[in-house]
Amino acid sequence: MGERNILITEVALRDGSHAIRHQYTVDQVVAVAKGLDDANVPYIEVSHGDGLGGSSLQYGLSLTNEMELIEAAVSTVTNAKIAVLLLPGIGTMKELKQAAQLGVKMARIATHVTEADISAQHIAFAKELGLETVGFLMMAHMVPTEKLVEQAKLMESYGADVVYVVDSAGAFLPHEVKERIQALKNSLSIEIGFHGHNNLSLAMANTLAAIEEGATRIDGSIRCLGAGAGNTQTEVLIAVLNRLGNNTGIDLYKIMDVAENIVAPILEKPQEITKDGLILGYAGVYSSFLLHAQAASKKFGIDSRDILVELGKRKVVGGQEDMIIDVAAEISKQKQTAHT
Amino acid sequence: MNKVKVGILGSGNIGTDLMYKIRRSDVLELTTVIGIDPSSDGLKKAKDFGYYTIDTGIKGFLENPDLADILFDATSAKAHIRHAKLLKQAGKKVLDLTPAAVGPSVIPPVNIAKHLDADNINLITCGGQATIPIVHAINKVQPVKYAEIVATISSKSAGPGTRANIDEFTETTARGIEEIGGAKKGKAIIILNPAEPPIMMRDTIYCLVENDFVDQKKITQSVKDMVEVVQSYVPGYRLRQEPLFDGNKITVFIEVEGAGDYLPTYSGNLDIMTAAAVKVAEEWAKNITSKVNV
Repeated sequence: MGERNILITEVALRDGSHAIRHQYTVDQVVAVAKGLDDANVPYIEVSHGDGLGGSSLQYGLSLTNEMELIEAAVSTVTNAKIAVLLLPGIGTMKELKQAAQLGVKMARIATHVTEADISAQHIAFAKELGLETVGFLMMAHMVPTEKLVEQAKLMESYGADVVYVVDSAGAFLPHEVKERIQALKNSLSIEIGFHGHNNLSLAMANTLAAIEEGATRIDGSIRCLGAGAGNTQTEVLIAVLNRLGNNTGIDLYKIMDVAENIVAPILEKPQEITKDGLILGYAGVYSSFLLHAQAASKKFGIDSRDILVELGKRKVVGGQEDMIIDVAAEISKQKQTAHT
Repeated sequence: MNKVKVGILGSGNIGTDLMYKIRRSDVLELTTVIGIDPSSDGLKKAKDFGYYTIDTGIKGFLENPDLADILFDATSAKAHIRHAKLLKQAGKKVLDLTPAAVGPSVIPPVNIAKHLDADNINLITCGGQATIPIVHAINKVQPVKYAEIVATISSKSAGPGTRANIDEFTETTARGIEEIGGAKKGKAIIILNPAEPPIMMRDTIYCLVENDFVDQKKITQSVKDMVEVVQSYVPGYRLRQEPLFDGNKITVFIEVEGAGDYLPTYSGNLDIMTAAAVKVAEEWAKNITSKVNV
């Protein structure tokens, strides 16, 4: 089976955690990881949606301790490597060490696209632990290309093996992704990755634009099981990449079966681009805000789109879920005063 | 009343902001500002104000130790460990604004009375200063089994020390929530937001209380009373909205606007640290003078 030229990381067991309110069970994780491993997926990410230590009132409490899920995934797979996500400021090196002891092979250290310098310590520590280490620049759409390159270079200088452009809001257009990957390829000597969200139905187009410009690490979520409208749909991506003559090493029929038989039943409802999902991409808002905004809309009796658009205007970044209630309360107050 | 003589170690942003705040104090008399860079803006300002300045660091001060009885250390954790030892030998009291955590941790409205005799006090973190009073206020009414705080600050107000070791912030703050706030378990999250113009410091405090019956009225009153106490030394500290109740979960939203002394008003996170430091020093000073009087 020749050498893979594109390495896929399946994120449903991490990004998908948002879509199911962090309710993964050990059985589900084992079934999905086994299927993915069988289909020859090289990397499988397992963590709370907001990374290690993300279980919280702010983001949602995990039903199952993520370390149990990680341990279960590690012991299930034979070839696949288990990856974890860590957002400095939320998770700490203590949790990273614990995950490494459980047999995790890859660490992805994520910061907002302008704050790479808070990852220096964690990237160095991940390398020390012997992990393949990825720098993950979130909400990349919020800055011009030059800023993204500057921050990616910082992560490279801290020792990252790969840097990802992360379209957390699903807001990028294909030509914007092209420009960014091209600039990174010209300035960095490490591998470049792309993580998309499908809020504007552009995850596939953006992923292909990234690959055309030389990105070799790509994230997908099987059956679109990710935050917001989900990510680039992994099994569809494999089919498309096969047609384009790329080699991901992943068995198409097998991953289709995992999607259909194992992942689809986990979803509370099929992933589609709802009006709120669409607004995330349109307003440039972090995809995991979706369910929180819907809950706030119900609680305060206002349109969830008004909340999300206002959050976009205020340039709220990933992790600021507390702003959703804050903004919703404010909007509802304004509406009340307008009525009286 | 006799004022107690104080000095500031460190002529950076924090040290200079302290200078402005101490100038207003009725019980503290700033005499000396100590730096290591003679061309720093802080030392220049100190000279302009007529304070004695030293540009040879701690060494210079120890040659003239009578200049101050209380020192504010706004240098770095590494430097403070050295300073703490030397100043202890010299019999000085020290307020530690670095993360070194040599002495007991103090949140003024919660536990200052316990540590008036300590010779070194540390102030935990800005997030701790802003949120632990609220955890304590709730815990006073009903035992808190879990408290979680989210501190969001502008990227511009997060200094290189915080950035290089952000785990220290989350871990130290979480410990403070438990040990001083009184929660059985604590968790802290910090988020940096780069928006321009810079955002003000915001803190969200979530508490889960033990009983299912939640005395909303009493808790709301206790939180409001605490906000008033903090406001007495951090005027820009305020509730953004009424506390929210959902089952046994209480959510409190705080905003901290800086006084704009030397640091810009958006950096409420730095202001609350310098303000808390001055508050502790004032309590120390009152304690010292009262002892002298009897």
